Amino acid sequence: MTQMLDQIFVTAKLWLMGYIPAAAKPLASAILSVVPVLIAFPLLFAITTWLERKGLGRIQNRLGPNRTGPFGLLQPIADAIKSLTKEDIVPLRADHAVHFLAPVLLVLASFLGYAVLPIGRNMVIVNLDAGVLYFFAAGSVVELAVFMAGWSSRSKYSLLGAMRAIAQMISYEVPLVLASVVVIMQAGSLSTVAIVEKQTGYTGIFPHWFVFTPWGFVGFALFMIAATAESNRSPFDLPEGESEIIAGYYIEYSGFKFALFFLGEYLGMFATSGMAITLFLGGWTAPVSFLTWIPSYIWFFTKLVTLIAVFIWIRGTLPRLRMDQLMNLAWEFILPMALLNMLVAGVWHFMPSGILRWLVCTAIVATPCVLFSARLKRKKRLQVRTYIFAD
Amino acid sequence: MTSLQNYLILSSLLFSIGLAGALTRRNAILVLIGIELMLNAANLNFIAFWRYGPNPSHLTGIMFAIFSITVAAAEAAVGLGIILAAYRHSRTTDLDQMNSLKG
Amino acid sequence: MTAAFFILAALTVAGTAAAMGLRNAVHCVLALTVGFAGVAALYLQLGAQFVGLTQIMVYVGAVAILAVFAIMMTHKPGEDQPRIFSSHWVVGGVVAAAVFSVLAWAISSSGTANQFPPPEPSVTVLAIGDSLMHTYVLPLELMGLLLTAALIGAVVIAMDRREETK
Repeated sequence: MTQMLDQIFVTAKLWLMGYIPAAAKPLASAILSVVPVLIAFPLLFAITTWLERKGLGRIQNRLGPNRTGPFGLLQPIADAIKSLTKEDIVPLRADHAVHFLAPVLLVLASFLGYAVLPIGRNMVIVNLDAGVLYFFAAGSVVELAVFMAGWSSRSKYSLLGAMRAIAQMISYEVPLVLASVVVIMQAGSLSTVAIVEKQTGYTGIFPHWFVFTPWGFVGFALFMIAATAESNRSPFDLPEGESEIIAGYYIEYSGFKFALFFLGEYLGMFATSGMAITLFLGGWTAPVSFLTWIPSYIWFFTKLVTLIAVFIWIRGTLPRLRMDQLMNLAWEFILPMALLNMLVAGVWHFMPSGILRWLVCTAIVATPCVLFSARLKRKKRLQVRTYIFAD
Repeated sequence: MTSLQNYLILSSLLFSIGLAGALTRRNAILVLIGIELMLNAANLNFIAFWRYGPNPSHLTGIMFAIFSITVAAAEAAVGLGIILAAYRHSRTTDLDQMNSLKG
Repeated sequence: MTAAFFILAALTVAGTAAAMGLRNAVHCVLALTVGFAGVAALYLQLGAQFVGLTQIMVYVGAVAILAVFAIMMTHKPGEDQPRIFSSHWVVGGVVAAAVFSVLAWAISSSGTANQFPPPEPSVTVLAIGDSLMHTYVLPLELMGLLLTAALIGAVVIAMDRREETK
């Protein structure tokens, strides 16, 4: 029964494929694989906009939207109607062709990354042999779209925002890839399906996820930091912060194109979270061995929503980093930590399994973190905070 | 069925387009782009010969293409650095005006 | 010629011709990106998955961005160049056309170039990594050295030296 529920989408697709003539089978197979993803993730985007506004509101000690529908649940629909009916203003001196193509390219590049994410058991759109490389290649097209948006508007602020955004994205792309190289080293393959297969065992009730190893934990933390910076989210949202540069590179966009930028940014966030889940959190596997009866895609989306909630939490809590602080963090801490993590993963692989390798690897990984935080604390004296709550 | 000839003619066409651009454009950066295009055409040639060749399991074509992509990226970076330095000196990227070695 | 090859070839040639012929430099680089993507698609069609994806990641994601940054930093606003081709464009065009005609003649009159593909080789990334570490380890180390030298060299060359004279 649980097996049937788990594979319900796969069996539905096979049943539908039976009705299609042989000549159209490849095209129909591609369409049937891609359309559910094209529906599910924008739906998740709509839910996330609601979740973000409510969550941020509560963190900031206020209610979020609560007028449109119960608890503001129809707010995404109101937002969609607003963005579709707003006037599309294009600056007079803007480069019209490039101005039009920039949001299209952004959404296209963001959607391409979903092709290699295993959403459930046997539920991946295409099992590429170099799946992780494909994902990062699709992610690097986003930078070009950002540049096109910023340059085509022929406005000082948008160009400045675009250059900052690209500098940030390029700087954090290297630690992102290096943090995932650790997983590739241990799994021995670039295929996302093979990486998830490697994390399917259980010792006792604990899963064999890569995040429960010293190098995996650090890799996961570095990957999440780099992913936050890659999608220009707080605390790395200097290129698009509202109080800084008033929406940066998409300042001259209005109406539906702005909504497309928003969509593209969130889709990129979901795709990177999905890759983090695949690489470190075991993909579609259950966290404890007695819960494996719950279908695999439910676990994937649960983990995805958890990571999104963590992103929203971080956005509401941490202050924004300045540009030079952000770049220093990338090149002087995150990148060396990622390289050290690779060394630790190598040490882990070659030491015999037991408590000693846990201690050695944790020691190697914890030393720079402790030194770094000690250096940061030396410069400040921390004070006790007092809070005043609104009623 | 695509024959090897089609790939070779395509790569020679790309090569000559890159060559034409590198020889005729004024802007130094576009000349560099022409050079990148020529390298791409040569890579396409390598991969086509690897695929249609007698021994694809030796991976020679793929290896050469990977190293060529690496070297091309490094060369683009250094070349653009040189163009920036030259621009800072002569305030123009027009190659027709950078015709004297006097500093 | 299969339809896929024809479409990809047409796209690539159009992109690269636009890259070398357009007036605005940023438009040239964006058209070049289309050309690079076309070449990457041709690699994927030939079965070289790793090289195709590396092409997108390196060329579209890094070299094109470098080129647009350089264009932005050397762009003088308001001065739109009246002429985009240099004064000796005729010679350049003739040379390029001559090169193409010689190459095309050599290819079409050759017997070995009229082959049809053998069955698709299954190349895994594992095999590529294996040969990088065993057969081609010397070029790999030299590439590392070259990239380090290029990184440091590019930073040093493009650095703004005016701070030293203050």
